[in-house]
Parts: sequence; structure tokens; C-alpha cells
Amino acid sequence: MSTGRAVESDERLARVLQVGVVLEELVEARAYEHYRSLAEEGERIDEEIEEMLLEAREESGEHRERLETLIDDLAAESVPFAEIEALVQEKYGRSKPESIDEVLADQHASEETAFNYYDGVIDAIEASETDFGLDRDRLLATLRDIRAEEAEGAEEVKEVIDAR
Amino acid sequence: MTDQQDTAVSRGTNTADQYLKAIYLIQETENGPASTGALADRLGVSPATANEMIGKLAERGFADHEKYKGVELTDEGIVRARRALATYCIIERFLVDVLDVTEFREEARGLESVIDETVAERLDTIIDREAECPDCFDPVADHCEHLDAPVPADD
Repeated sequence: MSTGRAVESDERLARVLQVGVVLEELVEARAYEHYRSLAEEGERIDEEIEEMLLEAREESGEHRERLETLIDDLAAESVPFAEIEALVQEKYGRSKPESIDEVLADQHASEETAFNYYDGVIDAIEASETDFGLDRDRLLATLRDIRAEEAEGAEEVKEVIDAR
Repeated sequence: MTDQQDTAVSRGTNTADQYLKAIYLIQETENGPASTGALADRLGVSPATANEMIGKLAERGFADHEKYKGVELTDEGIVRARRALATYCIIERFLVDVLDVTEFREEARGLESVIDETVAERLDTIIDREAECPDCFDPVADHCEHLDAPVPADD
């Protein structure tokens, strides 16, 4: 066992990116489930919140595709969205938010968690001297872009929460 | 504290948590204090490195250390160690159940430093854990006793 940095091979890098894909897929699938369940229960959803959930879904889909391109370059396989979407649908009931405020808190936690995850991954890649099987600059630029968008996303949700 | 400082603290915490978890598991197996040597072996670090972290954990009130006797977690240390162990269980179960990873123990150890409690909480929404987690963790097998663990090729 080692307590060292995490990213020291292409295989480990691919795994770390796969976890990123799953986190994005969770945001994507949960945002949709939140929206669907609030609508089904007849909750009146503000236009701003509705738009925010749909945007979060769309943005996570884009992040997932960018991560998948990097995983492809490492000759590894991604994690199919349908698989994670099915798991989220199957297990949504046990962690389902019960109100719009809880939906917002869940969405905020998702964005902030993703930001922290990419931040740690970027640090671990920067600290690694491994010559990866893909362009390091492109890898870091992609992850930094995604990290910045997660930070913006978390901030946007926080503003909505604060305004309520 | 800014978000960035929070994150840096959280990452230092990840390493401390790995030590707390290792001490806890040795204590459970040995039914007594963990020796520096056993801890260093379990973590794959030198005894000097292990000693340094033990000192930091003692300063923070998570462990008591007596020369020639070993290190023992305080009540607060045990609480933290059990949370770290639960996070580790989530990582292992996620690797097996969602990603179908055979070498899940080695990979879980490698991912511990980037998957903290908050990330694990998200992954936990799509896996099935027993309510008794982390008490069902088998320190010798190094995984949950309920995990339908694939047998790695070199076992």
C-alpha cells in the first residue's frame, strides 16, 4: 500500500478519468431525476431552477464527452452513461431530495464535489513525472476547463440558494 | 478559509485518514496498539515517515504514542478512522460493482488520495452497502466480508 500520489501510469490515469466520467454521469442523471420527480409531484418549479437543472445536465454531458475523448486516447474504455443512468434510476428513491431546497443542496454538493475531485486530480498529475500516452498539456487544459466550469456551476447554484 | 485552502486541507486530511484507517485495522487485528513497523509495512512507507505522521496525529489528538509500545487511537481518532474505512469500503465496492475491476484492492489504495469522503458519498448513491458498514470490513482479506470479490489472477 502506498500513500503516494495517485496518477503514476496510463492505467491509473484512465481509472481516475473514469471516476470523473461517473461523477459527471451522476450529475447528469440526478439532475434529470430531480426535474422529473418534482414535476410528477406537481411541485411548482421556478423557471430559473428548471433552466439550471437542464443546463447542469447538458454541461455534465459535455464534460463526460471531453473526458471520454481523453480515455479513448489512452486506449481504455469509458463507463457507458446508460449503465450509470440505470443505477441512478434504480437507487434514486433512497437518496431522493424531498423539496426544491433539497434538490438545490444536492445539485450544489454535486458541482462542488466535482470541482474538488478535478482539483485533486490536477494536483496529482502535476506532481507526477509519468510520460503519459496522451498530450499532458491537452490533458491538463481539459481538466482545468472542466474544473473552472464546475466552480462556476457551484457558484450559480449557491446564488439561487441564497436568493431563496 | 477559501475553497482552494479547504481543498488543500482536505487532501492533507486524506493522507492522515489513510494512517488512521491503517492503525485502526492493525489494532483490530492485534487487539492492541499498532507498532510503527507494522504500520509502515501496511502503508508501504519507511518507519521514519510513519513516525512523523504518528507524531502529527498525536498532536491533533487522534492518537496516543508510547515508545516501544506503539500507537493507539483515541476515541476521536477511532471515529475518524471508521469514517475513512467507510470511504475506503465505498471505493472498493464501486470498483467491483460498477467498474468490474478485478484488482480492486490495489486500485482502491491508489484512488484513496483523490477520492475523499464527499466524492465517496456521491459514489455511494449507486452502490449497495450493508447498514453495518464498516464493521463488516475484514482487515485480513482487506475488503468487506459481504463483497462478492473477484479473485485476482495472482491470488
